[in-house]
Amino acid sequence: MSSRLLPHPLFTPVLAAVWLLLNNSLHPGHILLGALLGWLIPLFTVRFWPETVTIHRPLLLLRFTLVVLHDIVLANMVVALRILGRPERLHPTLVEVPLDLRGDLAISLLANTICLTPGTVSARLSGDRRTLLVHALDAPDADEVRAQIKARYEAPLKEVFEPC
Amino acid sequence: MLDTLLAFLVLAGAIFTFIGSLGLARLRDFYTRLHGPTKATTLGVGSLLIASSVYFSHQGDGLSLHEILVTLFLFITAPVSAHLLAKAALHLNLPRLGKDADQEAGTSARGPVISSERPKS
Amino acid sequence: MLNQVLPIAFALVAAAFALSFWRLLRGPSAPDRILALDTLYINTIALLVLLGIQLGTALYFEAALLIALMGFVGTVALCKYLLRGDIIE
Repeated sequence: MSSRLLPHPLFTPVLAAVWLLLNNSLHPGHILLGALLGWLIPLFTVRFWPETVTIHRPLLLLRFTLVVLHDIVLANMVVALRILGRPERLHPTLVEVPLDLRGDLAISLLANTICLTPGTVSARLSGDRRTLLVHALDAPDADEVRAQIKARYEAPLKEVFEPC
Repeated sequence: MLDTLLAFLVLAGAIFTFIGSLGLARLRDFYTRLHGPTKATTLGVGSLLIASSVYFSHQGDGLSLHEILVTLFLFITAPVSAHLLAKAALHLNLPRLGKDADQEAGTSARGPVISSERPKS
Repeated sequence: MLNQVLPIAFALVAAAFALSFWRLLRGPSAPDRILALDTLYINTIALLVLLGIQLGTALYFEAALLIALMGFVGTVALCKYLLRGDIIE
């Protein structure tokens, strides 16, 4: 019953929070309206979101978020130095990363994380969703990039969303 | 103190925004150009937005958090547009600098590799 | 100190505009131009936020949010056109 009334329990508070941020207020009326929107929108759009998302280890997700934020700042320093340095010295590479993740959300999150972190942009997901093509800005060693992505980003995501 | 923090955030944001566009103008092939705007510019604008949030929270009526919304939105959408642009570029077979690390792994629709200074492995 | 930094920040963002605009004119390929447009959108957000701080009004925030939305949708639409408009796949 609760799954029919609340198809995505996580979606509701997120939508309510976005509504409150958008209005930049904590007025009770806005909280009520935000909660109502957060309840109604998932109800009406349930057919667009067939996948149910469960977060198995919230603390690990929090830690992962902090790691990613740290990496984003670091990545920007690195990319900024590369841009200011000599472009001839870069070694851009295409790397194929085999995926262990299966869910839509997990793969999207991994691709987004890759785009925001040191010198890599995800370029294409293969048709069978088994490999992700990643372009690295400056990677003399492709295996190192692959190993880093798998260990640092994919492993935590797998534990959070798809524990075996 | 707060003034210094704000000045630092604003300056850092502007410098990163500039470096992102510099990368766009300066680097030599599309795939490397893609890195500048997606990373540097996103962090630059994020930093500016945090500065704005701190500034308006300090200025007037209570906490000003709606800048966080734009920051979050940018951090979610920038990788998506980068991914789509890279996909489009691969689809159009744009010329690409550098070596191809996965020669053996079934590569059909890759862009032609131009002017690699080292022999392909 | 903020007052001394703001003009420098404006100058840097303006230079960023010029560089992106140069790439927009120069090309050489369609994705390059789309990327330049996307960068111009993000630069505009930066400029609006700076202007908001300079003038001390939160009014520009709404415009920045709308530009962020429109820029993303525009970029995605153009990319989709490039991906689907080509028959060779």
